[in-house]
Amino acid sequence: MFTATQRDLKNLRVEGRYRFVFMAMTVLLVLPVLIILALLVVRGGPVLSAEFLFEFPKNGMTAGGVFPALLGTIILVIVALLASVPLGVAAAVYLSEYAADNWLTRTINLAIINLAGVPSIVHALFGVGAFVVFFKFGTSILAASLTLAIMTLPVVIVATRESLQAVPQAFREACWSLGATRWQTIRAVVLPNAVSGILTGVILEVSRTAGETAPIMFTGAAFFLPFLPESVFDQTMALSLHLFVISTQVPGVPEGLPYGVALLLIIIVLVMNALSIGLRTYLRGKKKW
Amino acid sequence: MEQGVGMENQAVNDAAGNSDDVAIRVQQLSLWYGTFQALFDVDFDVKRGIITSLIGPSGCGKSTLLRTVNRINDRLGYVRTTGSVEVLGKNILDEDVALPQLRKEVGMVFQRPNPFPLSIRDNVLFGYNLHEASGRRDKGNEDDLAEAALRKVLLWDEVKDRLDQKATELSLEEQQKLCIARLIPVKPQVLLMDEPCSALDPAATEAIEELIWELRGQFTILIVTHNMAQARRASDECAFMLMGKMVEHGQTSEMFVTPEHKETADYIEGRYG
Repeated sequence: MFTATQRDLKNLRVEGRYRFVFMAMTVLLVLPVLIILALLVVRGGPVLSAEFLFEFPKNGMTAGGVFPALLGTIILVIVALLASVPLGVAAAVYLSEYAADNWLTRTINLAIINLAGVPSIVHALFGVGAFVVFFKFGTSILAASLTLAIMTLPVVIVATRESLQAVPQAFREACWSLGATRWQTIRAVVLPNAVSGILTGVILEVSRTAGETAPIMFTGAAFFLPFLPESVFDQTMALSLHLFVISTQVPGVPEGLPYGVALLLIIIVLVMNALSIGLRTYLRGKKKW
Repeated sequence: MEQGVGMENQAVNDAAGNSDDVAIRVQQLSLWYGTFQALFDVDFDVKRGIITSLIGPSGCGKSTLLRTVNRINDRLGYVRTTGSVEVLGKNILDEDVALPQLRKEVGMVFQRPNPFPLSIRDNVLFGYNLHEASGRRDKGNEDDLAEAALRKVLLWDEVKDRLDQKATELSLEEQQKLCIARLIPVKPQVLLMDEPCSALDPAATEAIEELIWELRGQFTILIVTHNMAQARRASDECAFMLMGKMVEHGQTSEMFVTPEHKETADYIEGRYG
């Protein structure tokens, strides 16, 4: 009774083999991430200090801190968000809640998905042509942030549209059947239900924006500046470009410095993500969803 | 029990039969979803203040007909209609009809209870707050409205101490009652119900049916149902639809005993459906 046949044993062996392959793939995936993080913490960790965070680079960027680059990255991200979130959310609301499902809408959706696949260097060239030259913003924070905004817009639109479509149709119908207009329904029922999904899209965008180099190096990020930007029409340093510069362009940089910058960049992304998740949880709690 | 309700039914029908006061008059209504025709020249009168049930097999167009009365189908961009649907004397398919005004008069209850994920109180007052300018709101008045609405659906005693609880935590029966209560502060004259009990267990179904019977006379109620016994128990008049056509419409008590058409008889006896 209940003893394994030859066939069962063979199945078990095959089972074990597949299980091993899938697990190995997972390990292969996780391992590089862990190694990179460990390397950064070990080599870059000792560099991080209050001085590193809050001082200007010294001696041709071979010593001192990264304050202007840190501040520049934060400003670039914030300005980019200010441009892309309202635009992206509004566009997604239109596409999901108002637009009829016809060939034009489908074409627009396809275009948005393709926009997400455009290489960042192409966005950079577009940014130079459109914002720096045509709108005469010059190489500036504004031009760089708008370039970043255009680049990350598809992420915001797709994430927003998907979270809007995840709101049950029954909520909309209930609201309409009480005599609400389309906009009243969106404001009172659809957006509050979709807000956490929208924030997830924004989180993704923040991570990407903070680390991008190509789109900003032609449009507003500077090699080195001995002063801080005073308006959005000034240039700024940025962590990602700074990392590139001290790793490849400047001779005599101590080994720990680039690792420190890289670690800082990752910490910024983590902190911003944590803030967004916190905000998301707070909004959910407040709405009693 | 069944017998008792049946007799009461009869008496009410006689009273209603004397008045030809019509709340909804559908004339020659045809409807297409794209190229698919769902309704064929439907003529149908719903009398004011009584309960009319719409029965028929799946896909016969009864829900489509119901959803035309408050034009909730408009959202689907590919719906086309001909004919007329007069609600309270006005053809609501006319271009000059303001949908919010129509839907204030014609409330709707859905198949699955769909309270908003808000508190019980906020659910009941949702429609009221939608239509009342925020400056004119007053807390005491809102409390009275909420209480009146919840009393009307026989839910007040169960929830009066926990109005701030999330509505989605209520039982399905309570949720469905709440969805009916939600309509009341908007003061509709017509209630459309799209299989309001099909997601509920038998005890809850009975409770909702009792409630619908309670609301009789205060509203014109049009109810789509799959459940023949329910149509028989809980409606004054009954209409049978098949393949997008209105086959038969009469007093429930007569239709279930002596149906005029063979298709109606077959359906009622459960030969298809």
